[in-house]
Amino acid sequence: MQHVSGIEDKAKAARKKKAVYGTDVDLESYESEAKPQEIVADAEDLPSVVRKAALDVGVKLDSESSGAYVQMDQTPVVAKSLYEGVEIMDMASALEKYDFLQDYWWKLVAPDADKYTADVASAPPAGYFIRAKKGMKTVFPVKSCLYLGSTDLNQRVHNVIIAEEGSELHVITGCTTPAHVQRGLHIGVSEFFIQKDARVSFTMVHSWGKEVEVRPRTGITIAEGGSLSNNYILLKPVKTLQTFPTATLAGRGAVASFNTVIYSTMGNIDVGSNVNLNAAETSAESISRVVSVGGEVIARGRMTGRVPGARAHLECVGLLLSDKGRIYSIPELDGQSRDLDMSHEAAVGRISEEELEYLMSRGLNSEEATSVIVRGFLDVEIKGLPEDLKQEIKNITQREDLKGAP
Amino acid sequence: MWLLEIEDLSVSIGSKQVLKNFNLRINRGETHALFGPNGTGKTTLLNVIAGIPRYTVDAGRIMFKGKDITHMSMDERARLGIGMAFQRPPAIRGLRLKDLIKIINPKADATAILKKMDFEAFAERDVNRGFSGGEVKRSEMVQLLAQQPDFVMLDEPDSGVDLENIKLIGEAINSLTQKDQRPSSRTKSGVIITHFGHILDYMKADRAHVMLGGAIVCSGNPGEILEQIKRSGYEGCAGCSTCPV
Repeated sequence: MQHVSGIEDKAKAARKKKAVYGTDVDLESYESEAKPQEIVADAEDLPSVVRKAALDVGVKLDSESSGAYVQMDQTPVVAKSLYEGVEIMDMASALEKYDFLQDYWWKLVAPDADKYTADVASAPPAGYFIRAKKGMKTVFPVKSCLYLGSTDLNQRVHNVIIAEEGSELHVITGCTTPAHVQRGLHIGVSEFFIQKDARVSFTMVHSWGKEVEVRPRTGITIAEGGSLSNNYILLKPVKTLQTFPTATLAGRGAVASFNTVIYSTMGNIDVGSNVNLNAAETSAESISRVVSVGGEVIARGRMTGRVPGARAHLECVGLLLSDKGRIYSIPELDGQSRDLDMSHEAAVGRISEEELEYLMSRGLNSEEATSVIVRGFLDVEIKGLPEDLKQEIKNITQREDLKGAP
Repeated sequence: MWLLEIEDLSVSIGSKQVLKNFNLRINRGETHALFGPNGTGKTTLLNVIAGIPRYTVDAGRIMFKGKDITHMSMDERARLGIGMAFQRPPAIRGLRLKDLIKIINPKADATAILKKMDFEAFAERDVNRGFSGGEVKRSEMVQLLAQQPDFVMLDEPDSGVDLENIKLIGEAINSLTQKDQRPSSRTKSGVIITHFGHILDYMKADRAHVMLGGAIVCSGNPGEILEQIKRSGYEGCAGCSTCPV
């Protein structure tokens, strides 16, 4: 097909194109071939080590869900829907089955955006295709786990989510690597199409290794009356990670909300969100909470208002608890129209003495009081999530090991 | 042995001296009230007893249960039995009140305590976040009822509280200081700072002191001292000969 070869040509031309943000990864130093994994019929049939790893990133594969997708290395091992309103397939099968997917494939993320997208574009497609059918609503989340299980592997994933008109879809994706994987690279391209009046929540929990590099590339478009709640949680060490998902509010009244929770102990983490408010009555909110007890975190937020009446708010708050850490907060507001309402709030600091003393007066020692404050700080209130997902996020962000010191 | 004994305590913040040769003794089972104009060192006194590190003790010492606590950390003092209701406590984002109760005392009956203070609706709220003045005071009482200190310090627990809730707070203070028990069996003590004394209509104080310029100038029966203040102001207390210091 001409279309596909166009993608390949672009990818080829961008093979060495460095990304705008983040440290540069030497793609040549990673393997792209992995031993194929055994495909199973149900998530319950997966090896227990994978189910356990999924559980650690908030993905309970055995509890109620609308379906599941699990990819081990480069192999989609499960892609199964448990609810007629939601279709779940592995990407290669979906592309084969549906010609219409060509209208979505690489439409929100450019194959030649940088060397990482180019690398994914030149590889055989793997990833999930999730479609919430017109008017179909479900509160049970689709559960997905991307498992990087081989040392030195470059795991590539390309996902497409389509929430058709009036649908409601919740997705939780846990991306993880087991402790025995010394070194690895994960590149994930995701394209989300939220159509008229559809409601989507997308929650991603990352848990990588100390020598793993991560480059997600995400593009989102939201049509009239549609809404997205996007939640990203990273609490475990990673070598380098850079992501800057871009959402375009294309239709009247579209809404996007981004919540980011980072607990950094090492490495270089460059995260943020980029929202284009292109239609009337659109609104966007981005809240990021960063705790660093070591490592560098760059917290970006960019909102561009292009029509009168658009509303945007950015909040980047950081707690820096160590001399070994750095938090660089970069909130950007770009107003390109009259009658905009755009604001931001950014703060980087230490734990308030007053709060610390208050808890100590109740008998907590300094270390306990610090942990309580840190966990409270990371407990972001997320709207629009089903109760069990909310609880899952709470369980993850309230773990006892999140302290004021490494 | 006194429960609390403060001997010749001098305290400063930066270069400013706030307490001068301050002396106070409180027995087990006794509750004392502290009166005095703003800026006279009442809150400083409580903060220094609690161990807030912003103050410098220049001279003297604080004995509690026979131990010199002058240089002990705040949490050690709390674990030794000192509790404090702050005048303006901070809010703590992401920490729910019911979780804090459990952290303060895992054995506390959170439901019963919240019910007692008519505060069940606040169980899931972040501690003090967005609370009104009166709600903050009830939040403080809830936490102290969980902590059950042997010596409770109350910094204006009645300020900003409506009449209905003043009664509730007074009852909580009586319970913390065991005023519901026979005098001879009381072991818990307290000290309360109040400006208007309304709270004293609902709780029992055994003794009162007037502070001026960082020292106690008059001590005696709480009712009589309040009368005296109403009649001739705090300055009148300085030269008062009827109440022996």
